[in-house]
Amino acid sequence: MTHFRRAGAMVAFASSAALLLTACSSDSEPEGSENPDTTSSAASGDSDAPVTLTWWHNGVAGDTGENSLGDYWDKVAADYTAEHPNVTIEIEQIQNEDLQRTRIPTALQSGDAPDIFQQWGGGELAAQAEAGYLMDLSEPLADDIERLGGAVAPWQADGVTYGVPFQFAVEGVWYRKSLFEQAGITEEPTTMDELSDAVQKLKDAGITPIAVGAADKWPAAHWWYNFALRSCSQDTMSTDTAALDFSNPCWLDAGTQLEDFLGTEPFQDQFMSTVAQTGATSSAGMVANGEAAMELMGQWNYFVYEGFTDGSDEAIQALHDDLDWFPMPATSSGEGDPTASMGGGDGFSCYKDAPAECADFLSYLVSDDVQRGYVEAVGGLPVAPAATDAITDPVLQEIAQTSSNAGYVQLWLDTLLGTNVGGALNDGIAAQFAGTGDAQNTVDLMTAAAATQ
Amino acid sequence: MTALETSGTGTVPAAGAAAPAAGGALGQPVSDHPRRARLRLWGELALFLGPALALFLTFVVYPVISAARYSLYQWNGVEQFEDADFIGLENYARALFGGTDEATKSAFTTAYAEPFQAAFSHTIGILVLSIVIQLPLGLLIALVLNRRFPGRSAVRVILFAPYVLSEVIAGTMWLIIFDPNGVATELMNAVGLHPPAGGWLEDQTWGFWVVFFIITWKYIGLAVILFLAGLSGVPQELQDAAAIDGASWWQTQWRINIPLIGPTIRIWVFLSLIGSIQLFDMVWVLNQGGTTGQYSTIATYMMQIGFFRNDWGFGSAIAVIMFMLSFVVAVFYVLFVLRRDNSDAPRKVKRA
Repeated sequence: MTHFRRAGAMVAFASSAALLLTACSSDSEPEGSENPDTTSSAASGDSDAPVTLTWWHNGVAGDTGENSLGDYWDKVAADYTAEHPNVTIEIEQIQNEDLQRTRIPTALQSGDAPDIFQQWGGGELAAQAEAGYLMDLSEPLADDIERLGGAVAPWQADGVTYGVPFQFAVEGVWYRKSLFEQAGITEEPTTMDELSDAVQKLKDAGITPIAVGAADKWPAAHWWYNFALRSCSQDTMSTDTAALDFSNPCWLDAGTQLEDFLGTEPFQDQFMSTVAQTGATSSAGMVANGEAAMELMGQWNYFVYEGFTDGSDEAIQALHDDLDWFPMPATSSGEGDPTASMGGGDGFSCYKDAPAECADFLSYLVSDDVQRGYVEAVGGLPVAPAATDAITDPVLQEIAQTSSNAGYVQLWLDTLLGTNVGGALNDGIAAQFAGTGDAQNTVDLMTAAAATQ
Repeated sequence: MTALETSGTGTVPAAGAAAPAAGGALGQPVSDHPRRARLRLWGELALFLGPALALFLTFVVYPVISAARYSLYQWNGVEQFEDADFIGLENYARALFGGTDEATKSAFTTAYAEPFQAAFSHTIGILVLSIVIQLPLGLLIALVLNRRFPGRSAVRVILFAPYVLSEVIAGTMWLIIFDPNGVATELMNAVGLHPPAGGWLEDQTWGFWVVFFIITWKYIGLAVILFLAGLSGVPQELQDAAAIDGASWWQTQWRINIPLIGPTIRIWVFLSLIGSIQLFDMVWVLNQGGTTGQYSTIATYMMQIGFFRNDWGFGSAIAVIMFMLSFVVAVFYVLFVLRRDNSDAPRKVKRA
């Protein structure tokens, strides 16, 4: 999933330089000095032997040259190495898709992988774990896993923890308050019927109700995911996606509900040609410019919308004042929990041959203080419950609130099912949006992909 | 026509005449020590051919063999290749007719064989249409541009400009033009017509033709430049002679110019065939062959399924099929069509 990052290259350079200086100066400390900060369970035995950790993450500079995430990770690494003088951390910032599709798979294949690398969880993690590339973090991070709670589940396979998330958030519907007012909508829709009413009112007022970036497939697919979440019970959801068996009628029902919803023509004209985030004609651009009222998206879109302003504080404030969020409405039927939410996040894994310090560093990375700093520096949504009090933005607070109130949070289905079956699912849903495939076709494509692996 | 064509390749005998001289130099060394000369010959061969050969073996032959090997396995690209399952030709069967397993045959036909067939037919469609539409069009433009008129150089440059643009830049430009709110839509609306209902590129029938239009725009410049180069080699005397004989402009083109640039046309057709089969970059930039694959090519389908769906064995099978197609077309074309351009020279060398 594409995430939007902003930050400054110069600042990044300055931080890297600071990191190097820290690393150098800490070498000169006396060897025998006791390290009272080494409280981690993972630090066992010879903690003074020099260790180098390589770290690949997706915090790269955006169009504006800012890189708040990359800068923050530089600071985290610098803080950690200051407390652990024997550890050196070498960071490589790599663009998200390059990192996920090319660099990490190739590095794992070659047997020369980075010690710490970005991990998106779900089916991809399961495949890497099955191939034996990942370090078992269940033992060294036992306390952290308990503290972080259910959000760790997507980074587990067969009950073993292979990674930890630093960010996790549910998705929902972003909307423009002024356009809702213009159409005479007073309440946020809580059921699909209310959503359909709102769509009709917006259409009557001559406003495009919902924007969707169907050309990128996944933004369209998320509508189906949410219908599946309402159709299938939590039990079916977890059992069937693990067994890759989609014979339960609730999967077909998700597609049928999508077809009914598509029948009400809630989306912008020619939505198949619309991308999600690039350019003013993208779905995010439409909402940011007030040309469409709603969009179903993850929390990152808050920052994507900001990117369509002129960047001034007033413009961003004006956008924030008119932007609000509500969770995916409940459907009238289905066995799914109406409060359940789709969500996803970002995490890190350790390579199987990484030094024990890798686990210790991850433990530090998801500690309450570092998570709080993450919220303040990057504006993301933390995983550590204790860090949520650092969120000051009302909309992000609402998203965090929805996360914690949710009956359960389901990982994005394409991530959960892995690239092959997940890709087949997205292809099937895109065909439904384009009108070239039906609900059965989507289930058939998933079933066929599952049979090939 | 035949007589003219032979004289058109007038440079060939000259090359043939030069060849025996060169051959003689190799066969009858100046040196008194034949063994040393032969050693030197091998040394020169190794020096000049070695680097190119090493690169060719490493980056062309080895990957081709690897792809052929991968195509026999069920491999997700994540696990080590040693752990992949050997499944014989099942990947090929899955692409061509849905596989041999009766239980999954119908599911695989919809999920794999049909998208592959769609990509295959789009590729063949572009291949055939390129010859049928781009060849006459390119020829016509070249013939017109071969006449003298004010601003001729400017028109030539403008026509060739798209070919010089990188595929990514050109593709992005067309994406913007064909955006639902883009220039193309506004133009259509301005003249009172409706743009395609599903969007220029995303419409199930329009998508392919819009892409073919863009490809023609992009590559017609190469055809025109090649034909113009061929035409500049046609002796002015022949045209003058035809003019004296009372031939019209059109007759001169049809009976003199076009036959004389036959070798150039045949080379262009060859480049066009291979280019069509391997067409990837432009289509990929135009939203990866379409959201529902409405203008996918074999190469974009291979990328989708192998790289983005992590079905590496199947993707490799598609790659091998694409390779075989290019190979067969190339060999066939060289043996049966280009032969008339190439065969003269070696035969004369042998006779000498």
